[in-house]
Amino acid sequence: MTAVEEKAPAPPREKRGWLKEHSELGVSLLLFVVGVLVVVDTLLESGAGSDSDPLGPRTVALVLGGALLLLSVLLTVDVLRGGHGEAEAGEDIDLSTPPDLRTVGMLAGFLIATAALIPLLGWPIAGVVLFWGATYSLGSRTYLRDLLIAAGVSVVTWVIFDGLLGVDLPGGPLMGVFGA
Amino acid sequence: MIESLTSLMGGFGAALTPANLLFAAIGVLLGTAIGVLPGIGPAMAVALLLPVTYAFDPTGAFIMFAGIYFGAMFGGSTTSILLNTPGESASVMAALEGNPMAKSGRGAQALATAAIGHFVGGLLGVIGLVLLAPLVASVAVDIGAPDYFAVMVLAFVAVTSVLGSSRIRGFAALAIGLTIGLVGLDPLSGQPRLTFGVPQLADGIDVVIVAVGLFAVGEALWVAAHLRRGQQEVIPVGRPWLSRGDVRRAWKPWLRGPFIGFPFGSIPAGGAEIPTFLSYVTERRLSKHRDEFGSGAIEGVAGPESAASASSAGTLSTMLTLGLPTTAIAAVMLAAFQQFGIQPGPLLFQTEPDLVWTLIASLFVGLVLLLVLNLPLAPAWAKLLRIPRPYLYAGILFFACIGAYAVSGQAVDLLVLLGIGAVGFVMRRYGLPVLPAIIGVILGPDAELQLRRALQIADGDVSTLVSTPIAITVYAVIALLLLFPLVRKALPARTARPADPDRERTPV
Repeated sequence: MTAVEEKAPAPPREKRGWLKEHSELGVSLLLFVVGVLVVVDTLLESGAGSDSDPLGPRTVALVLGGALLLLSVLLTVDVLRGGHGEAEAGEDIDLSTPPDLRTVGMLAGFLIATAALIPLLGWPIAGVVLFWGATYSLGSRTYLRDLLIAAGVSVVTWVIFDGLLGVDLPGGPLMGVFGA
Repeated sequence: MIESLTSLMGGFGAALTPANLLFAAIGVLLGTAIGVLPGIGPAMAVALLLPVTYAFDPTGAFIMFAGIYFGAMFGGSTTSILLNTPGESASVMAALEGNPMAKSGRGAQALATAAIGHFVGGLLGVIGLVLLAPLVASVAVDIGAPDYFAVMVLAFVAVTSVLGSSRIRGFAALAIGLTIGLVGLDPLSGQPRLTFGVPQLADGIDVVIVAVGLFAVGEALWVAAHLRRGQQEVIPVGRPWLSRGDVRRAWKPWLRGPFIGFPFGSIPAGGAEIPTFLSYVTERRLSKHRDEFGSGAIEGVAGPESAASASSAGTLSTMLTLGLPTTAIAAVMLAAFQQFGIQPGPLLFQTEPDLVWTLIASLFVGLVLLLVLNLPLAPAWAKLLRIPRPYLYAGILFFACIGAYAVSGQAVDLLVLLGIGAVGFVMRRYGLPVLPAIIGVILGPDAELQLRRALQIADGDVSTLVSTPIAITVYAVIALLLLFPLVRKALPARTARPADPDRERTPV
């Protein structure tokens, strides 16, 4: 019994390690899924060509879908043979650490929240949420200073864009205060 | 020739109005500031500033863009020299010699060499543009749909084959871009493609959202996942200046750089990366101080910087005359032209001569402003490198969202933006280059249109695609590009890749 229990977790861990090593296969999968989507959508939705348009809307889309599927296979072969894409380096990027997906998730969350808040509260307030949320996600812990900077950036940008440049950004409840 | 000069004079008349001078100055300052900021390259700078220009007339907007372009290129080299971590491929070579110079207390000289190099390179490059662009445009007016299609295919193949280590990944990136470009109603038949019944997708995904998503949001998310903890050391720097001895060593590289930079900038081979490298190698060969290379040789800053600036001018001439973007920033600028309902291409010189010549004249103005403003401002720019990273990347996301929202005033677009940003994140993680993707998004629909138009004219006869000398030549070049690696693999003699700077450092 104990022997079985000891044995059981080992293969999944090995498998997980292998998958982690070959996580790039996810890109192949993505290409494959997109390829299938393009092919299926084209066959279902668009019609063939006509006399005035010999190729029609289908041909290019089908070729592209085929190319996506082919690339998916080629990339899979390349990854299984030990090839791997080089992660992009940059000034502020430290590739020696594992990816901090929590920060990325938090940033995405604040972006979605902003999208939801714009129609309700207008740009100035939604912008404060976005800016402050992003500084918080990125590890800043000077809450009050961040909030003041967020408010400053958001309100000044809104005034410049909406007032001076004529780019229409909803003011929300603050509209009355600043007079749009 | 004489005609060009007269038009150019007219352009200067328009560019030197107070309003347009102001646009040029704002563009140069914004461009340099944003280029200096770590993590923001020229393409992201233009993408983020797109919404600002919605309020302007096209002339003002493009004067600003031109300023941003040159400014951001120079700003990028400042970062390389003072931080030794180049943000974009064009400034890798500047870091190679510029950073050792800065470390040994000659940062001021390195910055001055870079600034003057950008001025000289830009100046010669724009002169090249004035001389060649009208010529190219007048020849290109006669080329037809099959030729256009061939040239666009060349652009696709070149940006994926010439750069990057893996062609599979390059083509995968291109295919992703082309797929994004496919979304929406087919312009010829009006049939929906990849819209999945969502009405918002009927107009396609706006190029601005794609550009901002790939460059700004993708980059911000990617940096967030690997944010370097603890500040890097910024080398303090005073006001840039050069001694007479420095100038004596730098003036020839300054003048040589543009002759390498301009031609490479004008073909779809990835902009400044190859010419800066070639210029570096050339200067090392020709220098009397070869032993100083690697530890701060001024020639190694002067040549590549001048080449980089001239390559921007080359990029602009191809974009203006053929409507063909050869770099990411040109792709974003092309998108900006399309936002204004202007189609760059050979006809542009006939339909919008005032716009074109004012833009070209303002390139000269921008270069002068760049030199005048940046020499005294260098110490201030260096301070920008110390900006706390949470504020920097929060700001990038903030302006990305404004840009995406301003496109059509729909909050849903922010979700599309995030989706595209996620694609950009995955591409950075797995080494899929961004340039082929953005070129695919912007040129893809155009290429399809030209292809179908060609076959319309020829009644479906496929041989029309290879019916002209231009098209045949272009396809031959494409075949060469595709076959070259196979040929090289077959020849066992040369093992090192030519684009590897480390190879040059090992003594032969």
